[in-house]
Amino acid sequence: MRQYLIRRLALSLTAMLGVLTIVFVLLHISGDPAALLVTQDATTQDIERIRQAYGLDRPLSVQYGRFIARVARGDLGYSYRQGLPVTELIGERLGATFELALAALAVATLLGVGLGMVAAVRRGSGVDTAAMTIALFGTSMPSFWLGLLLIIVFGVNLGWLPVSGYGGLDHLVMPAFVLGGFYAAQVSRLTRTSLLDVLAQDYVRTGRAKGLPGRVLLFKHALRNAALPVLTVLGLHFGQMLGGALIVESIFAWPGMGRLAVQAVLGRDFPVVQGATIMGAAVFIAVNLTVDLLYGWVDPRLRSAAQRA
Amino acid sequence: MAGSTLVFEAPRSAPRAPRASPVRRLLRSPSGAVGAALLAVLLATGFVGSMVTPYDPAAQNLDLTVHPPSLTPVRGAVHLLGTDQLGRDVFSRLLVGLRISLLVALAVVPLSTLAGLTVGMVTGYRGGWLDVALMRLVDAQLSIPTLLLTVAVVAVLGSGLLQIVGVLVIAGWPGYARVVRAEVLSLRDREFAAAARAVGASDVRILAQHVLPNVLPTVLVLATLHLPVVIVLEAALSFLGLGIQPPTPSLGQMLGYSQDLVWQAWWMPTIPGVAITVVVLAFNLLGDRMRDVLDPRLRGLGPV
Repeated sequence: MRQYLIRRLALSLTAMLGVLTIVFVLLHISGDPAALLVTQDATTQDIERIRQAYGLDRPLSVQYGRFIARVARGDLGYSYRQGLPVTELIGERLGATFELALAALAVATLLGVGLGMVAAVRRGSGVDTAAMTIALFGTSMPSFWLGLLLIIVFGVNLGWLPVSGYGGLDHLVMPAFVLGGFYAAQVSRLTRTSLLDVLAQDYVRTGRAKGLPGRVLLFKHALRNAALPVLTVLGLHFGQMLGGALIVESIFAWPGMGRLAVQAVLGRDFPVVQGATIMGAAVFIAVNLTVDLLYGWVDPRLRSAAQRA
Repeated sequence: MAGSTLVFEAPRSAPRAPRASPVRRLLRSPSGAVGAALLAVLLATGFVGSMVTPYDPAAQNLDLTVHPPSLTPVRGAVHLLGTDQLGRDVFSRLLVGLRISLLVALAVVPLSTLAGLTVGMVTGYRGGWLDVALMRLVDAQLSIPTLLLTVAVVAVLGSGLLQIVGVLVIAGWPGYARVVRAEVLSLRDREFAAAARAVGASDVRILAQHVLPNVLPTVLVLATLHLPVVIVLEAALSFLGLGIQPPTPSLGQMLGYSQDLVWQAWWMPTIPGVAITVVVLAFNLLGDRMRDVLDPRLRGLGPV
């Protein structure tokens, strides 16, 4: 187990180093990184000052080393729009992003697993067709359209829910549903396939033959074994929800990290864009590491497989 | 039973029905057929329709803004799908926007395929430090949530049609590279590759003649599943104001502009919204079916 843990941890750290390298390359790909780090109305002197302050006149290898060291110390630079440290700006918004992602994860899990289960159990029936049609539309409907549609129906016409902003539970309903809905569609398809595989296994037939009630068979035997692939995918989705809720946060004016990133790009506030990218990737990697470790804990076969590999 | 003679029937020479061609199997299922038909209509609408738009999609008419869809002429002009806040004809913009969306997808997917296929084949076949370095890069890039990555690249490269194609290719190739590399790894040590090597075939020849044909079906499935992803990403960027820039219209941009008007003009978000959904639906239907026909192992892999 310990070996597995160390291996996974090392992989995560290399991935993070890779992310930092990509961000570093991005900064330099434009030709003049100093120009990206100042406002558009900056004078040549301003640019020169930034260049010296950040050591951008030094050789690339030195700059790379300094950049990594700076981020490792938790320094993501300053936003020049707001004059605050980027870490502070991101820190203020992490809570809202987590809240939304957790709610969306709940939607994706309940709706996705529920739909997939119903479809698998009633395979080939009208219920199955209906569930899978809903799933197909769910994956085909982009979040920005679903969001606006919900706003038109529930916000504008029915007036049931607030259309934007951060506040009580009623503010959370639509964003969570829009963000989670897309993933719910994918989870439902995977749950169906996975459950159908398990239901075709010999031990399920044996259980049925010895007279186990369907409920016990489904929840105690089949669902448990079908859950592993679904869990992995939910973990990946959760990472995406945390780092990639740019659209949903923008539509519903949700004060999270995604909206911060979009506003930063529109306002040409590159240090914030950079910080949000690093943070988004870090959260994604951390979530995946956690899922992998949980996975190894749930299913001992994987631990030994990872050691052999 | 009189004359109970046992009749031995000669085993009928039942030749296995020749497997139908992939294209026929693709179109035989309802989802494949519906997807293909939808796509044909969309392509025709996008590429032919955009040449015969009733109005110039960028022409403003400030006397007739936010006009609802109608068949009756208003001041001598019929706006089938209404007008937007600048009095531009929504129908004309829809046709041109559809073409832009399709064009972006049809440019990004082949380019990403080419890049990912090349990297995947070379790293999978060669191995060594290049393989390790490139695969670590792929891992790292896939750790950045896609939309966040594209937004960050836009912040550097800027927005516009060409930039968006570039950004989406950058975001798209690693998915291919990873899958192709895995395939090549398992193929390069098979007998046919070893045999080719034994008779002195060059690496390039082995890759082109023996490995490539075996990875192509997988790549084709990945590419089909990648198309709707690109359509949504372009629309998302344009929706946020970071993608296709005016005066060129795009579906996502139309949707973005309609955000402030949802209170009074339901048709403005609805028309481009439905259009994007139908495009993505057509590609999804086709892609699902394609995967089942060509490479069922990819089931559950999800979009690139």
